[in-house]
Amino acid sequence: MELIKVEQLIKRFDDLVAVDRVNFAIEEGEIFGFLGPNGAGKTTTLSILSTLLKPTSGKAWVNGYDVETQKSQVRQSIGVVFQDPTLDEELTARENMDIHGRLYGMKHRREKIDALLNLVELDNRKNQLVKQFSGGMKRRLEIARGLLHEPRILFLDEPTLGLDPQTRNHLWDYIRELNQKKGVTIILTTHYMDEAEKLSDRVAIIDHGRIIALDTPGALKEQLGGSMIRIESHESGKVSEKLSGLQWLSNLNAHNGYVDVTLQNAEKRIAEVIKALNDVPVESVSLQIPTLEDVFLSYTGRTIRDQEASARDRIRQRRKAARR
Amino acid sequence: MKALSAIYTIWYRNVLKYFRMKSRIIGSLGMPFFFLVIIGFGLNSTIAIPGMQVDYVEFIAPGIIAMSILFSSMFSGVQLVIDKQVGFLKETLVAPVSRLHLMIGQALGGATTALMQGILVLVISLFIGVNLPSISGILIALLFMFLIGLSFTSVGIAFASRMEDTHGFQLIVNFVLFPVFFLSGALFPLDRIPGWLSFLTYIDPLTYGVEGIRYGMLGVSQIAPVLSFAALGGFLIAMLLLGSLLFNKIKI
Ligand SMILES: Nc1ncnc2c1ncn2[C@@H]1O[C@H](COP(=O)(O)OP(=O)(O)OP(=O)(O)O)[C@@H](O)[C@H]1O
Ligand SMILES: [Mg+2]
Repeated sequence: MELIKVEQLIKRFDDLVAVDRVNFAIEEGEIFGFLGPNGAGKTTTLSILSTLLKPTSGKAWVNGYDVETQKSQVRQSIGVVFQDPTLDEELTARENMDIHGRLYGMKHRREKIDALLNLVELDNRKNQLVKQFSGGMKRRLEIARGLLHEPRILFLDEPTLGLDPQTRNHLWDYIRELNQKKGVTIILTTHYMDEAEKLSDRVAIIDHGRIIALDTPGALKEQLGGSMIRIESHESGKVSEKLSGLQWLSNLNAHNGYVDVTLQNAEKRIAEVIKALNDVPVESVSLQIPTLEDVFLSYTGRTIRDQEASARDRIRQRRKAARR
Repeated sequence: MKALSAIYTIWYRNVLKYFRMKSRIIGSLGMPFFFLVIIGFGLNSTIAIPGMQVDYVEFIAPGIIAMSILFSSMFSGVQLVIDKQVGFLKETLVAPVSRLHLMIGQALGGATTALMQGILVLVISLFIGVNLPSISGILIALLFMFLIGLSFTSVGIAFASRMEDTHGFQLIVNFVLFPVFFLSGALFPLDRIPGWLSFLTYIDPLTYGVEGIRYGMLGVSQIAPVLSFAALGGFLIAMLLLGSLLFNKIKI
């Protein structure tokens, strides 16, 4: 069943087209990732889906409800963890949860609050003021809070932004667990390739407001023709000659002392490649498995990292823009 | 039912935060206390209020109570701007709750905490020599105190809806609250003042609040309580509408 459907969605801010004719559908139970550089339009898309922004044109349905005309039903169906923090730091973890539960009209909150705080391992800190929490703890609390009213769909906007690698890994585990154990459909945005790759069932790569590719991480990488083996040798001509007989190479490219061959399942075939080289002298052999970064590069001619201006600057810029 | 629970939630959060900030409670009692003691007693023997059988301290006590409510009311607006800044506002805006209900909860929460501040000042004034009013007098005073709180909390919310940081509130305090307070007849009787000043006092909504509290506490006032109630009530409705309208327009 399709839990989210978006048709020809456009959002303009004055002259700037932040979301440009976007179409996609998300199935129940999926973890769906939006991967894109700063300013790509990820947050704007989520804001429209969570009814906080009105689309300029196009249509979107969440849990079967129209985001423009059935706001209340949409809001009841979703949990949102915003990119920027939204906790009341002067209150305790429990109180933040409790106020959320009340806002969503929940009668029996207590047990659910305890269970969720337990899930994110904050049960021993529930009576502590949130301002004393670390960044990772705050993020976990926000995720727990977003789940309190048992939404079918959870939006996570840059869930691990600014967290250290260990905390990120930890959060990824939570997200997977939620998806598997509770059956929550998850839509996350990120500009970390590894995050998109490791977590998502499907990834939409978004740039300048447009979805430029959408598929499983595996399929996206396969479009590049598989992995690459790079052979460094003085006699690259001979290397090319020896390898050109191999049927399963999808591409061979020799350039100043290197021979790059692309092929599927490179990690399994590397031994055969080396065997085929026989007695040709070789300096080094390296295996390069493509990442989503390479996919992004192949579509845009740029890397995501190039554009990674500090996310904090972005936030500040947006605040300024909103003030106008 | 759902609406009530949403309004209650926002109200509850405001009150919860109020009780947590002991220093704010004590701190904002400072100015009313000094006004009562220094100005009240300082001028007590010098000033006689014509046509009223009351001391000057008794005369200004309702005005000082109104002042503490007026200034506390603004805090609800400040809280709203802080909620915008720390992002908490988004958490409430994305909940399945209408903005009108959020605004009403915020206004009632702010009015309640402002009322509590006012009650503290009322109690202080009883200790320093104001006679204990009758029960019905106290109820009338409380009604007017609440109306002042709710109106000016709505004013605070209206301002806050258009602001991105709290600096602007300093301006509002200086250019709105102080004039509203000094023009209100909190410190001087309304007859015997020059015409232009008299005009300004009569368009100041706080004048009617002060007069209402005065009637409740002292049993005498210069403006008939029914008229005060009507004027303040009208102002309240206008401010609630303005506050809701601007709150509804908040962009995130
Ligand atoms: N309220 C606004 N007013 C004007 N422009 C806006 C507003 N919100 C977003 N934008 C612009 O729209 C574009 C998309 O922004 P968006 O926040 O959706 O990007 P993003 O993909 O979430 O980026 P990031 O990774 O930095 O969070 C940016 O160019 C941004 O400056
Ligand atoms: Mg974003």
